[in-house]
Amino acid sequence: MREGRPRSFYVLALFFAAYVLFLYGPMIAIYILSFQGPQGGLTFPMNGVSTFWLAKLFEGTGIVDLGAAFRRSLLLGLVVMAVTVVLSVAAGMAFRRKFKAQSILFYSAIASLIVPSIITSLGISLEFRIIDDLIKAHWNENFETSMGLLTSGLGAHLTWTLPFGLLIMFAIFNRFDPRLEEAARDLGATPWQTFRHVVLPIILPSVIGIGLFGFTLSWDELARSSQAIGSVNTLPLDLQGLTTTVTKPDIYALGTIISAVSFAVIALALGTIHMLNKRQAAKGSDAGKGLV
Amino acid sequence: MDTSDELLQQASPGFARGSGQTRQKAARLSPSFISWLQAGPMMLVFLAFFLIPLVFVVIVSFWDYNEYQLLPAFSGRGYTDTFEGCIAQLPQLCTIGKTYLKTLKLCFMVWAITLFIGFWVAYFLAFHIKSKTWQMGLSLLCTIPFWTSNVIRMIAWIPLLGRNGLVNSGLLKVGVIDQPVEWLLYSEFSVVLALVHLFTFFMVVPIFNSMVRIDKSLIEAAYDAGATGFQTLVNVIIPLAKPGIVIGSIFVITIVMGDFITIGVMGGQQIAAAGKIIETRLNALQFPAAAANAVILLAITFLIITMMSRIVDIRKEL
Repeated sequence: MREGRPRSFYVLALFFAAYVLFLYGPMIAIYILSFQGPQGGLTFPMNGVSTFWLAKLFEGTGIVDLGAAFRRSLLLGLVVMAVTVVLSVAAGMAFRRKFKAQSILFYSAIASLIVPSIITSLGISLEFRIIDDLIKAHWNENFETSMGLLTSGLGAHLTWTLPFGLLIMFAIFNRFDPRLEEAARDLGATPWQTFRHVVLPIILPSVIGIGLFGFTLSWDELARSSQAIGSVNTLPLDLQGLTTTVTKPDIYALGTIISAVSFAVIALALGTIHMLNKRQAAKGSDAGKGLV
Repeated sequence: MDTSDELLQQASPGFARGSGQTRQKAARLSPSFISWLQAGPMMLVFLAFFLIPLVFVVIVSFWDYNEYQLLPAFSGRGYTDTFEGCIAQLPQLCTIGKTYLKTLKLCFMVWAITLFIGFWVAYFLAFHIKSKTWQMGLSLLCTIPFWTSNVIRMIAWIPLLGRNGLVNSGLLKVGVIDQPVEWLLYSEFSVVLALVHLFTFFMVVPIFNSMVRIDKSLIEAAYDAGATGFQTLVNVIIPLAKPGIVIGSIFVITIVMGDFITIGVMGGQQIAAAGKIIETRLNALQFPAAAANAVILLAITFLIITMMSRIVDIRKEL
């Protein structure tokens, strides 16, 4: 075909660069603004440079009980991550064969992804209210509530993370060579051994990707938590509460800290994936290494 | 090892154990049982936290309520309160009608803009970036913000768009305006901007996916047959990328239809939208009315998706 780069390449490259700037520019602006001096305001120009606002958050004299919300969000994120990984891998394996409820599960997952979050959240909160009423009526009059971080909150987050996990599993197994498992079976491996020593090592990088989705989506989740989290708040809910009364840079400082956690998790996950891929490339095949 | 006959026999319940087959040391589980074991947990989560809650939303939407409690008795009050004055005010639109019109308008604007940006970003990544490594890297660059907090990505616009923000001060310096522009923040403009900023990602991924699968020889063939770049785009690439476009559109439209957070934060809590009604009703603890609004929103969303999925078979695309 034609040699060199067509003119459209440069036009689109510029367009892409503008899009990336549009994506990152505002975020970077508030990270910078959170390092202002004590007199700092909400907009540029910067008013001195210090870590005053960040420190203020850690002292706990700030606007919210940051520590507690932080711990809650972290705990929930980790639980969501673990459950998402295990359930997605298991269901992904199931989809490689035909089974009865296949299309029901598939359409549930897709529906869960696209039904507006507030409706799911409202439904979960109604469900738990009705459960509470039943418990109060039949067993224990003094019962408080079954709603909470790791009951209704966890469920609400899973309706958001599991569909992503399942879709990623589909993508993985579309590219997976089933002959590898046949070979393992022919060499006498049990199904579990085949999974443990053949399938899992190959799909592990993508499984870490699912974990990354699970944690970060939960860590920032807001719409589904809004009705279903119970009496406590997660970090994003606290942050949203602050948006109505933004007067000082401490909201930016909080944003910077939340983002720092997100970026640390992303970096950790991508680093691990990269390492695993390199290892696979290096040790994945012993073809051509002789017969010893 | 496993012939298909043997599998069949194991799967069929009528086949009693020890029927002359040499059985393995460990008792084998039947394939269908294993499938249940693997897919069951996820199914249970969706059942408990998605399907049953949806049923409750529909049921509660027909309950009665007063100022301070839910009354489990059949009533259409949730709906009648919602459509209050719709008949009386004709030919003017009532509140719910106006709200849905506004939501659809926002939806359409965000859809059109995200489609335009998403299409060209995906096009660039799929057709102009030849090396796999660069493709991965640049895709990641587009994905990373998706893994960070939405609220932060919203408030990030404040220092730029506010009265004394960068945009206003920049325009003042250049002399384009002599007064700060007020409509940059807490307006429809900022809502659309933030929604585009947050959700273009949902357009890029499916469209990119469709485009990567396009056989490059088809584009060669179009070129050889004398098609201009534009003709190739319209006659080859867009039709083949259509599934991705539809899936991305479904994502963006359903997200915007139900959104209440972005519209709340970026609209300064002043703009009414379909999702905001539900939130307002919930804050007033009027659960049946909230549920009724949720049912209406669900019905309209479902209608849009049905119309769009007529165009492609989602199941085939994944």
